[in-house]
Amino acid sequence: MNAVITVLGKDNVGILAKVSAECAAVGGNILEVTQSVLQGMFAMIMFVDITKITVPFSQLADQLAEKGEEMGVKIIVMHEDLFNAMHKI
Amino acid sequence: MINSHDILETINMIENENLDVRTITMGISLLDCIDEDIDKACAKVYDKICRYAKDLVKTGEDISKDYGIPIIHKRISVTPVAMLAAACPTKNPVKFAQTLDRAAKTVGVNFVGGYSALVHKGFSQGDYALIESIPEALDVTERVCSSVNIGSTKAGINMDAVGKMGHVIRKTAELTADRDCIGAAKLVVFCNAPEDNPFMAGAFHGPGEADCVINVGVSGPGVVRAALAKAGDCNITEVADIVKKTAFKITRAGMLVAKEASKRLSVPFGIVDLSLAPTPAIGDSVAYILEEMGLEQCGAHGTTACLALLNDAVKKGGVMASSHVGGLSGAFIPVTEDAGMIEAARSKALSIVKLEAMTAVCSVGLDMIAIPGDTPADVISGIIADEAAIGMVNSKTTAVRLIPAIGKQAGEELNFGGLLGNGPIMDVNMKSPSRFIARGGRIPAPMQSLKN
Repeated sequence: MNAVITVLGKDNVGILAKVSAECAAVGGNILEVTQSVLQGMFAMIMFVDITKITVPFSQLADQLAEKGEEMGVKIIVMHEDLFNAMHKI
Repeated sequence: MINSHDILETINMIENENLDVRTITMGISLLDCIDEDIDKACAKVYDKICRYAKDLVKTGEDISKDYGIPIIHKRISVTPVAMLAAACPTKNPVKFAQTLDRAAKTVGVNFVGGYSALVHKGFSQGDYALIESIPEALDVTERVCSSVNIGSTKAGINMDAVGKMGHVIRKTAELTADRDCIGAAKLVVFCNAPEDNPFMAGAFHGPGEADCVINVGVSGPGVVRAALAKAGDCNITEVADIVKKTAFKITRAGMLVAKEASKRLSVPFGIVDLSLAPTPAIGDSVAYILEEMGLEQCGAHGTTACLALLNDAVKKGGVMASSHVGGLSGAFIPVTEDAGMIEAARSKALSIVKLEAMTAVCSVGLDMIAIPGDTPADVISGIIADEAAIGMVNSKTTAVRLIPAIGKQAGEELNFGGLLGNGPIMDVNMKSPSRFIARGGRIPAPMQSLKN
């Protein structure tokens, strides 16, 4: 079971480190990270294995959203099933 | 692995284009609550709804959070209450409405549908009692929605019921005149009503349904409009393809939510309703899709053709995305709930006459239209009869949800607030159909062959 963590906004120092630390703290295992600047916007997408996380998924989503606000970026945590459903037949 | 373009597209749909799952509606059968003692029946109704739906709202919120997709409404539809009223026809069925309202508040849903009667061929005593009580029921409750099916392709149109409903709609508006006549916004008159519709105000849990099911209504006019805007000046074949592809994605999100809700609540999955349901929010408008196709404003000549294409493409895309499709499935055109329709009605680009033509090719019918407060009941019945005839002959669902704006005239506005929106009062042709309506009787069912 994987989560997709998307970070959108203005680039600044330590985004990846802070998001990774937050995931590690609750037992999320980072599988893949892609990062690019799309249409003038910083975009990072992270696939995280959440099978063994120690807090409920919704709590992790809230924590990261809060962290994003502190850093001035938008962090969206979603279940990968939604993307699979919408984009694969 | 999922590619990043797909991820960003989905996030953009949710954040900027109002992609959402409009409603999870739990259909609950009340047939086992029938009792000749109305108080006992009401107690059973309240207990059953509270027992079955106690986790509905929480489950909806949890799924929304887990998948990151907004689920706007959690609602309940029940067996047409006229069937319960049939066992105690001398008692005032408003008690049932109050019970439904109380149960809705207890479990936290914002609407419960099913204060309904199916009288397309004739009335039983329970149907009479219920229809007579609709104005009072919608006056004294907040969350109860009512609907009456007055015709079908197989049975024809019950003109006695059509005549009655003109008066019922007027009286409902009069009783709630102090609240912008909101009662009438919760009352739908149907021809060919579907039994598994999850959308209010016309939802009810048909007698052919299981004891309890989960039906999901998807939405997303903003997503479709944005996809068309991105495509630019392509030809109309490509427009249809874009709508289909977008509808597929929207419906898959709905299907995922439906499966998950069904699993978490241990209730069988019924259907996904493939509808483009607008809201008054900017960008969440069906009218804007039609304008994106190339019309100066919704209501211009060409509107019916654009809507026909849209409605058909939404179904074609959605059908493949869901294992069971049902309900109303199509584009909705509720005037006061759609920013583009409101503008078009204000500027007189859109008239009731044009809306009537549009209903021949899209889902539902004359929906959420404010009409002058002095419109006679017979004229309202005439509008219902016309709309029902379109549904009956074309084997499709049509509905009428008119709001007589008591004390107001064409050009003034009604404001319901929230999702029901606001809008101008539209002109109505006041020539009288009284003699036609007074005849009563039934319009016979139409031919199903020799179609021309």
